[in-house]
Order: sequence, then C-alpha cells, then structure tokens
Amino acid sequence: MSNTADPVSYLDYQGRHKGILGWILSTDHKRIGILYMISMLSFFGVGVILGLLMRIELLMPGMTIVTPRVYNSLFTLHGMIMIFLFIIPGLPAVFGNFFLPLQIGAEDVAFPRLNLASWWIYMLGAAVALTSLFVGGGAPDTGWTFYVPYSVRSGTNVTLAVTGAFILGFSSILTGINFITTIHRLRAPGMSFTRMPLFVWTLYSTAWIQILATPVLAITLLLVIAERTLGLGLFDPAKGGDPILYQHLFWIYSHPAVYIMILPGMGVVSEIIPTFARKDIFGYKAIAISSLLIAFVGYLVWGHHMFTSGISDTARWIFSLLTFLVAIPSGIKIFNWVATLYKGSIDLRPPFLFTLTFIFLFSIGGLTGLVTGALATDVHVHDTYFVVGHFHYVMFGGTGMAFLAALLYWWPKMFGIMYNEKWIWRSWAFIFVGFNMLYFPMLIQGWMGHPRRYYDYVPRFHATHIVATVGSWVLVTGLLIFAITLFRSFKSRVPAPSNPWGGRTLEWTTTSPPPLLNFTQIPTVTRGPYEPAPTPTGGETS
Amino acid sequence: MKEQQSLSYGSYVLVWLALVVLTSVTVTIAGMHLGALSIATAIFIALIKGSLVVYYFMNLKNEDVMFRVMLLVALVTLTVIMVFTFFDISFR
Repeated sequence: MSNTADPVSYLDYQGRHKGILGWILSTDHKRIGILYMISMLSFFGVGVILGLLMRIELLMPGMTIVTPRVYNSLFTLHGMIMIFLFIIPGLPAVFGNFFLPLQIGAEDVAFPRLNLASWWIYMLGAAVALTSLFVGGGAPDTGWTFYVPYSVRSGTNVTLAVTGAFILGFSSILTGINFITTIHRLRAPGMSFTRMPLFVWTLYSTAWIQILATPVLAITLLLVIAERTLGLGLFDPAKGGDPILYQHLFWIYSHPAVYIMILPGMGVVSEIIPTFARKDIFGYKAIAISSLLIAFVGYLVWGHHMFTSGISDTARWIFSLLTFLVAIPSGIKIFNWVATLYKGSIDLRPPFLFTLTFIFLFSIGGLTGLVTGALATDVHVHDTYFVVGHFHYVMFGGTGMAFLAALLYWWPKMFGIMYNEKWIWRSWAFIFVGFNMLYFPMLIQGWMGHPRRYYDYVPRFHATHIVATVGSWVLVTGLLIFAITLFRSFKSRVPAPSNPWGGRTLEWTTTSPPPLLNFTQIPTVTRGPYEPAPTPTGGETS
Repeated sequence: MKEQQSLSYGSYVLVWLALVVLTSVTVTIAGMHLGALSIATAIFIALIKGSLVVYYFMNLKNEDVMFRVMLLVALVTLTVIMVFTFFDISFR
C-alpha cells in the first residue's frame, strides 16, 4: 500500500510542464495510456450514441427519427468510430501502454517520444475523420468498409474520412514498433520469453500484425483517394481495373485487424483467470504460442469475407478450409482457461465476472463464426443481420468485455483507488441482459433473411427489432452505471493496496499507483509469471 | 548490432550496375508476352533487386540474425498475401 516512504506516484509527479500540458506532453507510458483511455472512451461514447440513434430509427418500420441518407451515415460513422478509434487501438494503446513496461520490469517503453507522437497522430487522424461529418458533402455513407465502386462515386466526404483512417494507421504502426522493441530490449533480468506474462505475449503478436498488415490498409486507402481524385480506374472494369481487388486489399488488412482487436483481450483473460482461480495457468506455453499462431493464421483467411463477391471457386474453398484453422489456436486458449479454473479456488470478483462473460459471449461469437466461415452456410447469411450479430458478439462480447474486465482488474493499480464492487455487479446484470437482448435477435433476424444496413423492413421483423432496441437501452443503462461507479471511486477515494487481487505478475509488486519509473529497483525475475512467489504477497482485499 | 563494415565504393557501384541490368531485363521481358509467366518473372526479378538493395544499401549484410529473421517474416507474409490473392485471380 502507498505510504509516505514510497516514491512519488506518476499521478503526482511534477515534470517540466504542469496541468494539462503535463499530460499531453508527457512521455511517461502510464500517462500516455491514460490519455488514450480518455480519448478512446470519449469516442466510444459518441459511437454508442450513434448506435442508439440507429436502434431508435429501427424501432418502427418506415421513418422514425431520421431520413435514409442520415441512417446510412449513422451506421458508417458508428462503424468507423468504433473500429478505427476504439476497438483497434483499444487494449494495446491503453493497457498495453500502461502495463507492458510494468509487466516486463522496465522503466518505460523503448521509444517514449515516439509513443507520445503515436497519441498525437491518433488524435490528428481522429480529428480529420470527424471533420468529415461537418464539411462539404456531409458525413460518409459507404459503410466502414469503403467498398468500391460506391466509395468512389459517393458525393459525401469519403476522401476526408479515408485520409483520417490513413493517418490513424501510422499511429498503430508506431505503437507496434515500440512494443516489439520494448519486449526484445527492455525485459528485466531473468525475464526470458517463457517467463513473460501472457498479456505481453498477445501484445507481441498484435504488434507484429500492426506492423505487417497496417501498411496494406494505408496503400488501399490511398488508392481509393487516387480513384476519387484522379480517376485512375484501378477498380473500374471499364478501364481494365478490378473492383474485387479492392475487397482483397481491404480484407488483407482488416481480417488480421480482427486479431489486433481480440488478441489483447485474450491476453487480459489469461491474466485475470489465474489470479482469481488462485492457480498457475494451465498450458502456459500452449497459450503463448497459440497467440502467435492466431496472428499468423489470421493472414490466411481474409477471403471468407468475400464468398459472395465473385471470387473464384478455388479461392472460396481454400479460404473456407483455412478459416477453420483459426478454431485450433482459439480452442487451445479456451480449453486451457477452463482447465485453469478446474479445482481452482475461485474468487468471483468483478474483473473475473466480466472475464467469464467474455468467455460466454465470445464462444457464441466464435460458434456463429463457424456458420459465416463455412462456405456452404455463409452464402445464405452473408450481408444479413446474422453477420452483424456475430460481429458484435465477437467484438463487443469479446474485446469489449475484456476491455471492461481489464479496467476493473487494473483500475486499483492505475489510480490507487478501489471502486464499489456491488454497483459493478448491478451494472453487469444490465450489461449482460441488455447485450443479449440487443444482439441475439439479430442472429435470428439474419437467419430469417433480414439484410443488414437496410433502413426499412417488412412487418415480420418488427417484434425482434423492438426487443433489440429495448435491449440497447438496457445495455446503455448498464454501461452508464459502470462508468458512474468508476467515476465515483475518485470521489470516495478508498485507497487500493499494492496487490488487491493477489496477482502474481510484476505490476503487483510495485505501489498503487506506480512511481514515475515504475519500480524503486528493477526487479530480477526468478519464476514463471503465474507461479506463486516464495513468500506470499497476495490475498489482500479492499 | 555488429561493428559497421562499410563496403568499398567499387562494390556499391557493382550492385548499382546489377540493379540497372536487372531493370533492363524486366523491361525486355515485359515486351515478350510470356502470358501468365510474365507476372511471375517480373516478381522474381523484383525480389532479387529488392534483396540487393536491402542487403547492401540498407546494410542488412552486417546486421544481427534477429533483424534478418524479422525481415524474413515480413517477406514471407507478403509472399503469402500475393499467392493467396492469385488463388482468386488465376482461377476466376
């Protein structure tokens, strides 16, 4: 627990700059992590509001609150904001920045200034993308995938939005470079690769995807800009181009990007489960290697997004077959997590509750993924609400829940304060019920043939739309309770001990909140990340 | 990183000449209408040229094994991406 003998925490440290400048010009990885957190949660809030507006529009057939043109922009912006501004950078930029150096026993990341530059580039990209709402032809209406030929022909601000996404990609690449270098160069003495926490392993795998895949997106988006401004005809069959080439290029990045989104979430789960099962993790090496395998196999399966686009039959069955390979490393993780719980001394605290929620919802997302990954079934559900339901179960049920679990798990370490666990339980009840009311009907609607992105619908889908819209209100109520509970912890200021959950990784050996350089002395590592320490340090509770 | 061992100017000029010759070969072959082979040949020559640039001009020759492995990973990824795209285009 913090006491007067501890070094000054990173929150209280006064550097060259004071006030807000002390944050937005800080090269401390912890402050940068929090900068990302504040920015991302703000964008997330905007994305949630756009989603709510869409759900209200769909409450009744025909026009409810917005015109079809505005509706098209709503789902485009919801997708763009949630994917490019929240869920892709999400866990690595916030918790990776904050906890990677702490977990490997380093004082900071390898390139602190580059790290700060990444945040500024992220904010610049966000500003450019959001400017597209308010100038010229209005908010883009292409969907977040910017598919040609419509994205080339649309009179809306596609060019500006695409430029924003292009800039955001640089932030992602720079963060990836920083993390890989940090992991290779700055591990504490004794911290071999096989002693690294599993969250670090997932950050490592993710960073490789960020570096190798993001340039493909950058090139693709530049080509769209070139098409719009110069009319090169790269994707226009009349000029010898190929519109499907765009989809190839887009998904060559965007499918691996799905693993950028989910892998760190899996890392968070691998951290939380051994802590709250009071056990060493089962199958450490298998889980670590499965992260690399997921990252690698993720490159081989992008064509499953294109089964109905007109690609060759050979490509279709090859991509479908390869898609099933992803189930192997994913299954390795799930089975090892469950095996860790077996005979564990389980302590059902809020971070663990959200972790179990992750496993449940992500499993539904994964299983519905088999339906969309299999060629024979995908042709029936492609571009229906089934895909929307599947995607939200994976991304929100998976990465989103992992984000909330990570917030709850590391909140005491980040700010040195505890939150009210009872209110978090209440928020969970709303979130869990609302989530399933919102997204499960979409699976049913899609199965019944309801196309996605449609402004209007036939009466037989009305009942399921009502359930989904009411579900969105319940879900948002839960999220609000969650946010208010965490905000209130700043007011109540119940001090957090250095290790409130009995965690065994290095971040729990330093004070809450950590000092500027993380440790008073660089630790020497002599055991695996989840093995019990020779002298017990855990078990304290708030 | 190993101690920097710079090459002689003569070696750099030789590599540059090799790049010029390979560029000429690419241009010549492009005019020969080899059908499906024309893309494969162009990619193969580009690979050799890229390797020469990275190995000599970007000094990979004197770098640690780790850097070479990292570059290899990137190249393998790129190759996989291209091969899988051609599964579609070649069989359409």
